[in-house]
Amino acid sequence: MTFVKPTFRHPKQATNKIGFVKSDYEGTISTLCAGCGHDSISASIVQACYDMSIEPHKLAKISGIGCSSKTPTYFLSNSHGFNSVHGRMPSVTTGANMANKDLIYLGVSGDGDTASIGMGQFVHAVRRNLNMVYIVMNNGCYGLTKGQDSATADFGSIGKSKIPTPFQAIDLAALCLELGGTFVARSFSGDKNQLIPLIKAGISHPGFAFIDCISPCVTFNNNTNSTKSYTFVRDHHEATGTLDYIPPEKEISIDYEGITQVKLHDGSMLNLSKLSPNWNPKDRFSTVKRLAEAKENGQILTGLLYIDTESQDLHTINNTVDIPLNQLKEKDLCPGSKTLEKINEGFR
Amino acid sequence: MKINVVNDFVIRFANVNGSGSASTNNMFAKSIFRMGIPVSPKNIFPSNIQGLPTWFEVRVNENGYLGRRDGVDIMVSLNPQSLVPDIESVNQGGYFIYDSTKKLHSQYIRPDINYVGIPMMQLAMDNFKIPRLQQLFKNVIYLGALCALINIDIDIVKGIIAEQFEKKQKLIPSNYLALDLGFNWVKENLEYPLGITVNTSDKLGNKILVEGNDASALGAVYGGATVIGWYPITPSTSIAGGFENYCKKYRVDKDSGKNKYAVVQAEDELAAMGMVIGASWNGARAFTTTSGPGVSLMSEFIGLAYFAEIPVVLINVQRGGPSTGMPTRTQQPDILSTAYCSHGDTKHPMLFPSNPTECFEMTAESLDLANILQTPVFLMSDLDLGMNYHVTEPFKWDDNKKYNMGKILSAEDLDKLEEWGRYLDVDKDGICYRTIPGTHPSKGSFFTRGTSRDEYAKYTEDGSVYVRVVDRILKKWDTTKKHVPGPEFYQKEYNSQYGLIFFGTTTYSALEAMDIMEAEGIEIDSMRIKSFPFNEQVEDFLTKHDYIFVIEQNRDAQFRSLIINELDINPSKLIPILNYDGMPITAATIINLIEKTNILPFKVEQV
Ligand SMILES: Cc1ncc(C[n+]2csc(CCOP(=O)(O)OP(=O)(O)O)c2C)c(N)n1
Ligand code: SF4
Ligand SMILES: [Mg+2]
Repeated sequence: MTFVKPTFRHPKQATNKIGFVKSDYEGTISTLCAGCGHDSISASIVQACYDMSIEPHKLAKISGIGCSSKTPTYFLSNSHGFNSVHGRMPSVTTGANMANKDLIYLGVSGDGDTASIGMGQFVHAVRRNLNMVYIVMNNGCYGLTKGQDSATADFGSIGKSKIPTPFQAIDLAALCLELGGTFVARSFSGDKNQLIPLIKAGISHPGFAFIDCISPCVTFNNNTNSTKSYTFVRDHHEATGTLDYIPPEKEISIDYEGITQVKLHDGSMLNLSKLSPNWNPKDRFSTVKRLAEAKENGQILTGLLYIDTESQDLHTINNTVDIPLNQLKEKDLCPGSKTLEKINEGFR
Repeated sequence: MKINVVNDFVIRFANVNGSGSASTNNMFAKSIFRMGIPVSPKNIFPSNIQGLPTWFEVRVNENGYLGRRDGVDIMVSLNPQSLVPDIESVNQGGYFIYDSTKKLHSQYIRPDINYVGIPMMQLAMDNFKIPRLQQLFKNVIYLGALCALINIDIDIVKGIIAEQFEKKQKLIPSNYLALDLGFNWVKENLEYPLGITVNTSDKLGNKILVEGNDASALGAVYGGATVIGWYPITPSTSIAGGFENYCKKYRVDKDSGKNKYAVVQAEDELAAMGMVIGASWNGARAFTTTSGPGVSLMSEFIGLAYFAEIPVVLINVQRGGPSTGMPTRTQQPDILSTAYCSHGDTKHPMLFPSNPTECFEMTAESLDLANILQTPVFLMSDLDLGMNYHVTEPFKWDDNKKYNMGKILSAEDLDKLEEWGRYLDVDKDGICYRTIPGTHPSKGSFFTRGTSRDEYAKYTEDGSVYVRVVDRILKKWDTTKKHVPGPEFYQKEYNSQYGLIFFGTTTYSALEAMDIMEAEGIEIDSMRIKSFPFNEQVEDFLTKHDYIFVIEQNRDAQFRSLIINELDINPSKLIPILNYDGMPITAATIINLIEKTNILPFKVEQV
């Protein structure tokens, strides 16, 4: 079922810097279960894009298959979207990105989509530092196929089958760090204050920005003993600090004790406050250690876990021309008949 | 008895792979080519890097028959491992050239062939110090010996060596030395030339000698491809490598030094196909290249591209299947699996190049076709075509040619339109207008999906809407027939009740077989199919003939099945002529198999 929302616009509705109202960033009405964490993430995406005054057509949203991968229909209806095949969002995004380096690429996936069927493509997108935001809506189960355990379900956690998960969980954030990811974050669908600045920072990051977002499945995996349930996350969630994203044009005056500032590539700033002791989001090794400790203590560590502000994305590595490849014409691309005659001569 | 011929023989080199023989053998073939004589080299190599037997077979034929021919007239034996079968394979009266550094045991002497011993290794050891060089120059020594033995113009060979080492001038003198060593040794010690010789000819005009894969790579550059996602697999790998090399030469922006292309070596073929889909969806001309196993992996994605109507170009350089099959042998075994690749009702256009010139043209053309038709298009090459050198017409390019991106709406177009739906069949040809991300701030965005949707790209589970959409895609299939190249006929008109159908690399031997039969007074009409879907001309040929031999290189007569399935032709009219041992089909095989069917009322005198 899909139906378009009424497009009535209140004359006094607030607009952002480029004259769009918030609803310009919304999508069709969600058909997900009421209370599904994924919908909250969609709302945060809408807010982040509105706040950042992103021209909707300059963003492409790409997903795999799953409840999570359906969400791109529920936000940014003025952006092109691509609901591809299960687990293959990264490769489609890679190709799209190669064709046009000027768009923002927002990839949406699920924990099944990423940690199982799509694991291969995920790790290679990290490795290539593809310039994109990659959000995993992580509910520890396969929502769309009715609740089977996924590979991120924690060892011993009890999902729909009522049998404690006998396998070790894959921690996608830890894996991303291990693989050399240049922007690694974890958040919780219910924590907009943290998630929105993370999404903005991810968009500003000129490389692979990974957000592992815990997103409870109210229908199949919201039992108190599931580590991906609302109650568990609320009780065991430890933030690396409060986040604040400051766009590039705002002057930064605050610089008081307890705040670490991270300057992003485009000049914007991320303020991290209330940091736990010894936290440095630019130190890969200590982050790996802290993640392991949190896991040991049954805590879910959220926030911006790691960032490398000097990273080179795939286009930089490829040394691609500044004009997007999809705009090049015959004169740019075809060596012409004279050259061909010379080439023929080489074959004689 | 000695075979005595000029410009009409098969020579085979038996080498160990990894011994550096390949480049020497290619120089041999190129020398014959430069003497103006039609030549057809085939590299018969193992799926291995070093140590296993490998053969290089060259057919030299004044009449221009470029298909393979059975039987070996001259064997150049450099591999003790394959000595016995190599001796056995020589035709009566043929020549067996071997390294006489070690004496050939008497048990290997066949009375009906001629032995030519040359102390190749001895000459190499006497003149070069480093063992690795001795091995390498042994190759050049036998090339020098051959110049004397069959009258190859040694200056032509020297010219080729000079070109080859243009950037490593230092190596030229030692190569010349080795060449002269072999050449002079023959002159001083043997009676020369042999009964088999080459003689300068003028049969080649301005033709070129090139591999099909190289031609495809160049075709992709000329055709405007900017993005390739690919994963290595024999025999397709050299297309991606070739594309990148040509791009480094011709696609680097002079001012900025930046690249006007992107080559992404993917993590597997699945990802490679995903990248092509993403890039094409985003308006770039993109392609990938692979072989059978890769296509199998890509099949889920191919279905997505078919249903969501996204252009894709896939060059399938076919090899022996099934599974890993015979990875270094040739076949045409992916006809059906490609035609109907992926689950659900799907079918895909295929182009069948039969020589490198067509690889060049059809690769460029497929980039247009995929965009015009908004669907995956397959270029069906094979190992023989892709990895062997072929004498072929030079490549041509019309500088006025514009890249056809099909029906894409610009921002201005969108502003003028009152209504637009991604899957609305406005022109009634089954092909709809698409938009590229980033075009317009408020118009033209839509959601691409592999699920069923309506004309406005909205998800639907309404069966009648679904039927409307898939039927419209079928209408596009009819339109496709007007866009893909039609068949080529090798006949004046319909003269005979018998017909031949063939495609791709089978063409060489099919045409030769026709000539042989014609010389015997047997006339058969023939048609080379260049594409799928089949158009009316193909249908007409099939209805106008009573018996049609369908020649192809796979076990199950897949092309024949495709014809029967698509055109509702009475199967008993279509007689399969099949070769699937992994070696390119020969004219003799075609004639033998046709005779065996007992359908022709005449016998063909085999030469
Ligand atoms: C090749 C393939 N295999 C299986 C499926 C069935 N399938 C659809 S969604 C899904 C799991 C989705 O799980 P997840 O990515 O975690 O998304 P969620 O629904 O939990 O948000 C599966 C197995 C499919 N669509 N394609
Ligand atoms: S099944 Fe679970 S994941 Fe899917 S929509 Fe419902 S709550 Fe969300
Ligand atoms: Mg899930």
